[in-house]
Amino acid sequence: MSFDSFSDFLAMGGHAFYVWSSFALGLIVLVGNVVLPMLERKKLMAEQLRRIRREEVQS
Amino acid sequence: MAGKNWMPRWFYQLASPKWCYQITGKLLPGFAIATLLLIVVGLVWGLAFAPPDYQQGNSFRIIYLHVPTAYMAQSIYVTMAIAGAIGLIWKMKVADMVAKCCAPIGASLAILALATGAIWGKPTWGSWWVWDARLTSMLILLFLYFGIMALNSAIESESTAAQSTAVLALVGLVNIPIIQYSVYWWNTLHQPSTFKITEKPAMPPDMWIPLLILVIGFYCFFAVTLMMRLRNEILRRERRSSWVRELLMQQRG
Repeated sequence: MSFDSFSDFLAMGGHAFYVWSSFALGLIVLVGNVVLPMLERKKLMAEQLRRIRREEVQS
Repeated sequence: MAGKNWMPRWFYQLASPKWCYQITGKLLPGFAIATLLLIVVGLVWGLAFAPPDYQQGNSFRIIYLHVPTAYMAQSIYVTMAIAGAIGLIWKMKVADMVAKCCAPIGASLAILALATGAIWGKPTWGSWWVWDARLTSMLILLFLYFGIMALNSAIESESTAAQSTAVLALVGLVNIPIIQYSVYWWNTLHQPSTFKITEKPAMPPDMWIPLLILVIGFYCFFAVTLMMRLRNEILRRERRSSWVRELLMQQRG
């Protein structure tokens, strides 16, 4: 461990703003890259199921 | 046609969207677990256990995000260009889809690399941005991604869009060695690569091992998000086929 305490860890030797803002941005980009395709898949599946149902009603 | 059998079997199987959809479905959980483990271990090690830099102090820890993302932004570009070339040469639709799915992932990581670089530059160089060769060539990479995404969405026909973006991606490939060697060809503020094939890293192992873990973790992350996007793209393009219909009916129960 290169820090003496948890508050020491959060302070990052006075560079807290730079370090934590970088990693917060990183978290947003990583999570976004996983969540967006998940939402798209959900939307796509729902759309196609709706289309199949519509075709069934018509025929 | 015996002469045609020089390509391995999996290469032809890859051309089948259905096969690709199934195999990525099997690979996804494993890659997701590997990604999570590698990134968590690498981050905890890098952020809490690696020693601070003797000149930069703790701001150097931004390296654990900056280097993997900058590295991936370039790797993804190369992947996209190769997939585009395969699509051009063999008219392989799955390769076109891979190329298309690479662009948004690569663009997001290029933005992250530029942003973390700017945040790191402020305490280290005293400036958020300098028109330095490395930074400028990286910005060009981001604009290439944007150009490719815009071109792809502007063309109605899917095969024409894939062909034009593949050509643009291949032309833009010239930027990759420029990014790599910019720190040697021009006088720059940016430090040279941490990892070189021919030399040991100048850092102590406690610093570079977590970085290596994170680079591998980000490779797995790319595999995960690419497969997720690719599966969506396959479903969308194959929506009229019988196997997608069967799959949907199963989902409905």
